[in-house]
Amino acid sequence: MKFAVLVFPGSNCDIDMYHAIKDELGEEVEYVWHDATDLSGFDGILVPGGFSYGDYLRCGAMANQSNVMAEVKKAAEAGKPVLGVCNGFQILTEAGLLPGALLRNQNLKFMCRTVELKVENNNTLFTNQYEQGQTINIPIAHGEGNYYCDDETLAKLKENNQIVFTYSGENPNGSLVDIAGIINERGNVLGMMPHPERAVHELLGSDDGLALFKSIVKQWRESHVS
Amino acid sequence: MTKVKIYVTLRESVLDPQGSAVKGSLGKIGYNEVEDVRIGKYLEVTIGETDRDIDTIVKEMCEKLLTNTVIEDYRFEVEEAN
Repeated sequence: MKFAVLVFPGSNCDIDMYHAIKDELGEEVEYVWHDATDLSGFDGILVPGGFSYGDYLRCGAMANQSNVMAEVKKAAEAGKPVLGVCNGFQILTEAGLLPGALLRNQNLKFMCRTVELKVENNNTLFTNQYEQGQTINIPIAHGEGNYYCDDETLAKLKENNQIVFTYSGENPNGSLVDIAGIINERGNVLGMMPHPERAVHELLGSDDGLALFKSIVKQWRESHVS
Repeated sequence: MTKVKIYVTLRESVLDPQGSAVKGSLGKIGYNEVEDVRIGKYLEVTIGETDRDIDTIVKEMCEKLLTNTVIEDYRFEVEEAN
């Protein structure tokens, strides 16, 4: 399986993402610059964290205007897995690939620590290697991770089981109903504030994030073995 | 040349933690009559010669990039400049 790690000016988790895929997952991966106009050669798209365009105007707003985002939309429409982490999640909401928006943390502070997440839905292509309700340890590092959407959207998210991860225990940012990660209705676009790519080896303090990437590969293998 | 002043604020339904913190500070220095503070953004956009309708262009820019209508409202004023 071949992954693309998108790189915008100001991305800073791209290298972690690349090594998580290459060294821990053992799959093919390439960096793709934001002005790329073709993602057809990739099976999965990873939108990494960081501060694209310095977070100017709004987090993710300007990254969403780059060439490569038109291609990400095509990949999503084609049913390919698209994962956005942290700033990547913000970019995917700006792109309209995921509903809602990420607001300033309620306590106005940049939060950088490992948090406990609860797997709310293990019936997705990103979470099939977790147990339903499993608690996992994944680091967060963000100032604007406070998930917000209107009541109607929230009702839909709940109805379709689109809330994939919640903060279990303390809610670090004021997110609506403790949301840490959501998936689109079709089930192939996941956005999350915590960083699974920073939790892929025990030496990093946790390897709980690796199962997310293994889930993607498992699903892909199953649907591509003829 | 036309100068456009654009005001962007968080929608009423969205909590503004920055505004709440500032309201608290105002209360602390004696302005207890303050009921609410909302913090927003102000943009000045200067537009050169164009055949297109300025209001239409500005609305487009706001919807496409300058604001996120999921969480923000905007209004603008158009001023002729030299």
